[in-house]
Amino acid sequence: MDASVYLIQILNSIQYGLLLFLVASGLTLIFGIMGIINLAHGSFYMIGAYMAFSLSALTGNLFLAILLGIILSVILGIVLEWLLFSRLYRREHLEQVLLTFGLILIFEELRSIIAGDDVHGVPIPAFLNYSIPLTENQSYPVYRLFISGVCLLIAGAMYLFIQRTRLGMMIRAGNTNREMAQSLGVNINLIYRLVFALGMALAAFAGMLAAPVSSVFPGMGNQVLILSFVVVVIGGIGSVWGALVAALLIGFADTFGKVFVPDYAGIAVYLLMAAILLWRPEGLFRRA
Amino acid sequence: MAEALLSAAGATRHFGGLAAVNNVSIELQRGQLHAVLGPNGAGKSTLINLLSGDLPLSAGTIRYKGRDISALSMDRRSRMGVGRSYQKTNIFPSFTAFENCRLAAQSRDPRPFNIFANALHNRAVSAAAERALEQAGLAGRGEIVAATLSHGEQRQLEIAMVLATDPDVLLLDEPLAGMGAEESARMVELLRKLAADHAVMLVEHDMDAVFAVADRITVMANGQVLESGLPEQIRASAAVKQVYLGEDEERHV
Amino acid sequence: MTPLPKTLQATFLASALAIALFPLANSPFYIELVTKIMIMAIFAMSLDLLVGYTGLVSFGHAAYFGIAAYAVVLISPKYEAASLWLTLPASVLIAAASAFVIGLFVLRTKGIYFIMVTLAFAQMVYFLFHDTGLGGGSDGTYLNFKPEAKLAGYTLFDLGNTRHFYYFVFALMLLVYLFLRRLLQSPLGRAFIGIKVNEHRMWSLGYPVLRYKLASFTIAGGLGGLAGYLAACQFGFVNPEILSWHQSGNVLLMVILGGMGTLYGPIAGAFAFVMMQEYFSALTKHWQLLMGGLIVLVVLFFPGGLASLADRFKTRGVKKPVVAEAKHG
Repeated sequence: MDASVYLIQILNSIQYGLLLFLVASGLTLIFGIMGIINLAHGSFYMIGAYMAFSLSALTGNLFLAILLGIILSVILGIVLEWLLFSRLYRREHLEQVLLTFGLILIFEELRSIIAGDDVHGVPIPAFLNYSIPLTENQSYPVYRLFISGVCLLIAGAMYLFIQRTRLGMMIRAGNTNREMAQSLGVNINLIYRLVFALGMALAAFAGMLAAPVSSVFPGMGNQVLILSFVVVVIGGIGSVWGALVAALLIGFADTFGKVFVPDYAGIAVYLLMAAILLWRPEGLFRRA
Repeated sequence: MAEALLSAAGATRHFGGLAAVNNVSIELQRGQLHAVLGPNGAGKSTLINLLSGDLPLSAGTIRYKGRDISALSMDRRSRMGVGRSYQKTNIFPSFTAFENCRLAAQSRDPRPFNIFANALHNRAVSAAAERALEQAGLAGRGEIVAATLSHGEQRQLEIAMVLATDPDVLLLDEPLAGMGAEESARMVELLRKLAADHAVMLVEHDMDAVFAVADRITVMANGQVLESGLPEQIRASAAVKQVYLGEDEERHV
Repeated sequence: MTPLPKTLQATFLASALAIALFPLANSPFYIELVTKIMIMAIFAMSLDLLVGYTGLVSFGHAAYFGIAAYAVVLISPKYEAASLWLTLPASVLIAAASAFVIGLFVLRTKGIYFIMVTLAFAQMVYFLFHDTGLGGGSDGTYLNFKPEAKLAGYTLFDLGNTRHFYYFVFALMLLVYLFLRRLLQSPLGRAFIGIKVNEHRMWSLGYPVLRYKLASFTIAGGLGGLAGYLAACQFGFVNPEILSWHQSGNVLLMVILGGMGTLYGPIAGAFAFVMMQEYFSALTKHWQLLMGGLIVLVVLFFPGGLASLADRFKTRGVKKPVVAEAKHG
């Protein structure tokens, strides 16, 4: 294999890792502030992707679709939080896990009813739909670079948010204390609602971004969910840095795994996780 | 001077940039009750946590019977004979008082492979549990579910559990917290009795109790040892008085 | 453990009798259905040991169910029946050993991390069977001949016979129940419960808690494997879906449906779950929607499960128990 093929795989790894990071950071945000473990997080990734598919078919413009999709996701997130998740805050992890597991089933079936079980493609917007040459005979799709770029931007914004704001401080501290937050003069219910919506919107946005390259298919949320769990375990909850490093590691493990050992690619990521667990059970980066 | 049962030398514990305990040394002898005093935030609880193994050291060493146990985990130290009670009641609320102590005593005779034996049939363990309950003043209260015990009784149970593990060293974190006068008096009597054949370290705010039973006193402030010695010496110390001036202490030194 | 109150004891005896007599009056379809329920009951009881009694919420328990199921298929010869006496212990031991090894990794984590890593490791096992050629990949493999229960040349009972198999599973379910009851009264079992109620204090009292957790994880894995073995024998077929996280979620649901902290709860939960599944799938192709809705409703309004109903019978005029059941600590 020559250098340019490696380069392509490296770029793919980075892009995949960054997308995972986006999803995982939504997960970590929700857990960090509200202490809820949410299995349906992957479903929002899927919902985002399907929204991108249907809205871009409707409007003919992917960006407009994404914009609409984000708005819809936020609304959906707020409604879900108000209806269901607000009841979970004081519950045990087991109950949260089970309830959100039930949600996955509901979302999957709703998807099946509404959008069917077929695989769909989402067209890349024309002005991004070309490749830039890397070497004489290899080129790389610009849209994938676009994905990586957007994810990096968001990563930067998240970093600023977590490092420089009071809310961010609470995430870093781990689980928030409702009383402490209230003493800071914030309306805690509103904050929880917004944070939840933001977390879900992140996952949905990731799905929307990814839809043109990954296609839209049943079960796409589940794989992403489990991998974002692995990101959180490896990187440590409450650490944006950790999530980024872990997501990139997984991106590389998965991509290169598929290249070198296709039969074992699925396992590669988990072996990586197992190795890291042996070495550092609390995650690569302890809480800041 | 007899060798210390449990001792810390230069014990230090950092949290981020802050040293909660800074270069503290202390010695616990069998037959002695060593009280640790100090205002809130002095580092007393952290010190107990370091000795018991609840927290790892940042620097310094801890020795038990001369052996360096600084790296040993909490459960290993307990099995060696270092017992600890908690300031915030740390019992098994849904179990009866007896079961609390029985489970504690079982740690000395765990028999994990006897999966077909009924745990209650181990008479030695059950007897140790009964003894511990009695010692702590809870005789006859064994069948009561721990969560329904009064606060004072729960503090007694807290001690009973440690006693059930038959330790050499007792690290007691504010055993009198929240107790009424009569219960306190009983606890002080118990402490006096325990001091006779254990090495006892007592972290307390109740000054009267401390001066009634302590053989030695160490006063901490800002994570460091301010002064350490016999009770009369501490009582007379100007430095100690100064540290307590301005404290919301009901009782005075 | 406390002896059950009279009303509950009577209910159980009646249920046991009903189960025992069931095959006499019913068609093979229903006999097989109840057999499946009993297999799920064993599966659920095994998870209850872990979740309800030791406080370890595992979202990857299907891995051990599946490993044992694959084990019997893979170690059985292709063209003749294997011995029950060999394959059953072997499969259970393989499942237990897998649980032991995975436990060494996952038990380094706690709380929400633990839930996530158990899920992740189960996925790894899933991919092991799905992506590689092991056990036929995503297509699965068949168990051509069910294991035989032969003694000195004489066939004691025939696993292929619906009624025989039914009573075999029934006997095993009772054995598992009695075994767990015994285990939970033993020093080891008491320690498990202590860990659930107050893990920190257990450390403080001198228990090497990790080792105990590993023991619970291993035993639960072995018993879950027993259920998987029986499932493979019943259907004669295994594929990666039996290890999927849906399966892990389902068995967790059975435990909570029935009510944790009791041993009969998971049996009731398995029964309720399978019946709901049958009922819903007969109603619509999109039955998972109904199942999901049921799960949400149960967790929101009924988190104590069926056993919480039984509790109300229990506390009516009954003497205070010697050891109160460990509920949410």
